[in-house]
Amino acid sequence: MSQLILLAVLDGLAYAALVFMVAVGLTMIFGVMRILNVAHGSFYAIGAYTAASISLGILGAGLSPVLIYPALLLSAVLVGGVLGLLIEPLLLRRIYGKEQVLQLLVTFAIFMILEDVQRLIWGSQPYYVDNALTMLGNVEVVSVFYTSYQLLVLPAVAVLTLIGLRLFLRRTLQGKLIVAVTQDREAAQACGINATRVYLTTFVIGATLAAFGGALASPTTSLVPGIGTDMIVLSFAVAATAGLGQVEGAAVTALLIGLGRSFAVYLMPELSVLMPYLIMVAVLAVRPQGLFAVAATRKV
Amino acid sequence: MTGRPSLLIPIALVLAAAVVPRVFPWLEVVLLLTIAQGLAVLGILVLLRAGQVSFGHGLYYGLAAYAVAYMIRGGVGTDVLLVIPFGVAVASLVGVLVGLFVVRYRYIFFAMLNLAFSMVFYSILEKFFHLTGGSDGLRVPRPTFAGLELERAAFESSLFYLSLGLAVLVGIGVHRYLQSPLGKALEGLKTNETRLEYIGISARGALLVAYVVSAALAGLGGTIMAMVQGVVTPEIAYWVTSGEFVFVAILGGAGNVIGPFIGALVYQVVRLYAAAYAADVWQMILGVVLLAVILAAPQGLVGIYRDLIGRRRSARRGGEGAQ
Repeated sequence: MSQLILLAVLDGLAYAALVFMVAVGLTMIFGVMRILNVAHGSFYAIGAYTAASISLGILGAGLSPVLIYPALLLSAVLVGGVLGLLIEPLLLRRIYGKEQVLQLLVTFAIFMILEDVQRLIWGSQPYYVDNALTMLGNVEVVSVFYTSYQLLVLPAVAVLTLIGLRLFLRRTLQGKLIVAVTQDREAAQACGINATRVYLTTFVIGATLAAFGGALASPTTSLVPGIGTDMIVLSFAVAATAGLGQVEGAAVTALLIGLGRSFAVYLMPELSVLMPYLIMVAVLAVRPQGLFAVAATRKV
Repeated sequence: MTGRPSLLIPIALVLAAAVVPRVFPWLEVVLLLTIAQGLAVLGILVLLRAGQVSFGHGLYYGLAAYAVAYMIRGGVGTDVLLVIPFGVAVASLVGVLVGLFVVRYRYIFFAMLNLAFSMVFYSILEKFFHLTGGSDGLRVPRPTFAGLELERAAFESSLFYLSLGLAVLVGIGVHRYLQSPLGKALEGLKTNETRLEYIGISARGALLVAYVVSAALAGLGGTIMAMVQGVVTPEIAYWVTSGEFVFVAILGGAGNVIGPFIGALVYQVVRLYAAAYAADVWQMILGVVLLAVILAAPQGLVGIYRDLIGRRRSARRGGEGAQ
């Protein structure tokens, strides 16, 4: 039993790390642009597939397998950069200030398009490239063996991302601009901040984080169509539970939902799919704004 | 937008729909599915009036469809005239329960909480194999029609004219509801909820009524769909189904009650051909069309038609087509 609990905790931590990477991008984009990017799950999926393809390329070319690790980051930047730089200026920029419903539907449309793009490029056969995982071997935790990749690399990357984002948002000019636009766009623009550029920066950062989450996840799971859908719903649950726009809160709720889900997997497998929703519904029933958000004043 | 719509087009459409299957019998099932989907989309339209969108109305579509399947299989009630009210009642009842919770939320939260509830239902359907048949679904035996055991063709025709009649009645009902003070409150909710409450109307109450109406409409569509297809699978509660409803609502135009049915007709016909020639890129086509409609013609197909008419009569009713 105690082994089971330990395994559940370890699984939960690794999973929470991945979910956090996606959810934090989602919540940042929402904070700045007030748009829920439904296509965010596709960035995750395409990031994962790209990483798998590049890894296969590295192995096929006979290069050192260690190169796979930087390749994970490279595929994230590639996917986040290309998709972010295309989607924000070409599509999203046309709908700021329109009805919220329409904004939601535009990202939903992008999501549908990207799902098929992904299927056209990579097909529906599962991809499984786990060299990044197996190369690092296992470590023993108390009495169970666990892969070092999931135990150390994933949580470390997530924690570094959180610290990095915090420093970036609080200490650098670019980051402070993002915070300013998040808090009050009109006032920020009145001070001469170029909101359009801040939007683009935020969107590219958010997309890259989601793709990085996918790239990191690719060695741990087999890639099939539909992984993006699961992830967008899950990361929305995380972001909404924390309160949309909350970066640090997303880390806490990612842990909460990651652990909740993995405990459900071990103890009540039928409920594992439902767990994130149950947590989200339970939290929102008590705190409609999410755990960490401050209730906004209503404007008359 | 809210002016008295010309009655000419709806009447012509209904007449055409009534005659066409007699000339082209293969179109009957297509039109039945159009009506089933159109009714569910009408539910989405009611919510869109309040500025809310649900990514989870597959829940009610699926609930009613499974309710129909259980009822007929269990031999509880095996007549169309019993089955339809039962499916609608189940959907409405769950609509009240879920509605009491979700009407506290707006926009993204509203959309995603609906999605969450429908996904819960979907996974129940998938996981509890011994009850729901899992992903294989359940076969729905053909019910009797007003006590008559009919052959397939005769049953489909009877169901078609019943559905067409129901769709007309429901369309008129929804139109009147949207014109009523309770329906007008939804527009108020969309523009400014605080002001709405200042004049003494409960925003949550108004939205709850709209939500239950939309659940019942989706349920009605679901019962028809279950009887036409003769099989129910978890896919009908999946988010893709819900997404299609929203898609068709935007495609047809959310301006009036005809839009959903025109949107559904175009959708079903295009799907008939796209499934054969472009199955791989079907979602992509939907996405591109959705983007094009939103960015270029936010009023949908009905809006495009109105613009064309409006240009001709610009002297008299020029400003009416504007957003």
